[in-house]
Amino acid sequence: MNELVSLLAATVRVAVPLILAGFAGLVSERAGIVDIGLEGKMLAGAFAAAAIAAVTGNVWLGLLGAVAAAGVLGLVHGFVAITQRGNQVVSGMAINILVSGLSMTLGLAWFAQGGRTPPLPPGARFPELFGQDVLVWPAFLLVPLGWWVLSHTSFGLRLRAVGENPAAVDTAGVSVARLRYAAVLIAGVLCGVAGAYIATAQAAGFVRDMTGGRGYLALAAVVLGKWRPFPTFAACLLFAGLDAVAIRLQGVVVPWIGQVPVEFVQAVPYVMTVVLLAGFVGRAVPPRAAGTPYVKDR
Amino acid sequence: MLRTLAAALLAATAALALSPAQAADIKPAILFDNGGKFDKSFNEGVWNGAQAFSKATGVEVRDFEPQNDSQREQALRTFARRGNDPILAVGFSQASSVAAVAKDFPKTHFMIIDGVVDAPNVQSILFHEEQGSYLAGVMAAMASKTGKVGFVGGMDIPLIRRFACGYAQGAKSVNPKEQVFENMTGTTGAAWNDPVRGGELAKSQMEQGADVVFAAAGATGLGVYQAATDAGKLAIGVDSNQNYLHPGHMLTSMVKRVDIATQKAFTDAKAGTFTPGITVLGLKQGGVGVAIDQYNQSLVTPEMKARVEQAASDIKDGKVDVHDYMTDNKCPM
Repeated sequence: MNELVSLLAATVRVAVPLILAGFAGLVSERAGIVDIGLEGKMLAGAFAAAAIAAVTGNVWLGLLGAVAAAGVLGLVHGFVAITQRGNQVVSGMAINILVSGLSMTLGLAWFAQGGRTPPLPPGARFPELFGQDVLVWPAFLLVPLGWWVLSHTSFGLRLRAVGENPAAVDTAGVSVARLRYAAVLIAGVLCGVAGAYIATAQAAGFVRDMTGGRGYLALAAVVLGKWRPFPTFAACLLFAGLDAVAIRLQGVVVPWIGQVPVEFVQAVPYVMTVVLLAGFVGRAVPPRAAGTPYVKDR
Repeated sequence: MLRTLAAALLAATAALALSPAQAADIKPAILFDNGGKFDKSFNEGVWNGAQAFSKATGVEVRDFEPQNDSQREQALRTFARRGNDPILAVGFSQASSVAAVAKDFPKTHFMIIDGVVDAPNVQSILFHEEQGSYLAGVMAAMASKTGKVGFVGGMDIPLIRRFACGYAQGAKSVNPKEQVFENMTGTTGAAWNDPVRGGELAKSQMEQGADVVFAAAGATGLGVYQAATDAGKLAIGVDSNQNYLHPGHMLTSMVKRVDIATQKAFTDAKAGTFTPGITVLGLKQGGVGVAIDQYNQSLVTPEMKARVEQAASDIKDGKVDVHDYMTDNKCPM
């Protein structure tokens, strides 16, 4: 029983950044903008949150900074993908590479600790609410809220339409560019919150490349969830749960097999993803206009 | 017969060719590892040693901090081409670059910390991490109230298994029934930079009852220490003295005296006594140990201190032989 509770608690902790980033990816792709820059935006959020919290001692200012930093990067992605009609994958990748280098360079210049930010005192980290970090609750509330907005509000419906058939939305007299900018901005803000959670709730400071591929994992969850809110949420929980199990499986002696090697345990979530995608969830079809810039006069 | 004579002659001339290069004024250079020279840990220790050497001799030390892996070999080549000698590379991951560049610049002297390069102009400096970890294990087992202690490693490589194995041996020397949980963060270089995962690993060990956790995992360890502090448990630092990070929660730090090693290596090179091959620094040479300072004084009981000192002298005298994981890739524990 105790084991189960600790496993669930670990799942929730690990799932939060995946859910936030997963939703960022979902909103962006639903509006027709492919976003592989989730990782970079989260990292920017993590760095901004840790740096500001370290200097001011206020974790909420850090969160604000994280949202601003990741939001600006979201708008940069939007500028490339919407206004300049550039390649969305290239732009996303560029953001990832830029932030990975820039965060370390700024960290070195400002704090001179090998690219890290100074460790945060207890007051400069997120407090707990009902036994979990404060940010856990909005992350879980985001799921029903996001679902409701996407399926029951005119904004949500237009956002989805713009990812399927932007020409139709344009004909209806609604600005495609404005909707898509809104989507990338939302994605940036959510990534910023995810980054702040990683750096100032889970950890106590920024470390080089500390997001460790969580942005790509969130993207995989979006695909696995077929770009829908609740299935994406379930995929995030599945990944987090597998990670929590993997941690507890390490070094455990299994009857007849013996000790399970670290490499195998770590590969389990990825193997599961491939198996599930290949056999169980059926075809994952992305929004039709995802990845293609909208050109008005065709 | 002739061939062996020729080989001996060749070796002799090579040795001769190498030694006069050690003239009084050397131009030492350091290539740091990715962490950078102010990482409050491993690299900074090397930097402090170099500073001490500069102060003592007035010889300036050049250095370079690579931002990515591809810069390593480039930087080594640039140093060698500009006539820097000796050139010190920090970290096991530099071994292949050092091997390549040392071959192209046979007259330049290279040193590598934590890695082994088999070449006539390279000195490989290693540490008996298992001995220091043994002492950390002794302290952990004595401080533990539950009879369970944890270890979190960074990347799953033999070097880190060596820490884990020494730690387990130390813990079990105090209490043969001591349970030691052992987790590795990952199998790639990213495992050194994932404090979140480190924290999760520590939490899972503490949920299973561990109340002292030792991390040998680079920046990942920061997450481990934080998790232990948050839970009101104890942690053990690594490489440099990290006791100050969480006063009252850091039981001790297993220190590798890279500063001493660096200063000695440069001083030897200046004196013309550069020795190629493997140099291993253990407890006897003061190369490893456990740190006790004002930050953890209150956690270290007199009995603990006495026991650690006893264990240290037993290892130095050879009465206790700490098994080195890297000799056979096995841990008897």
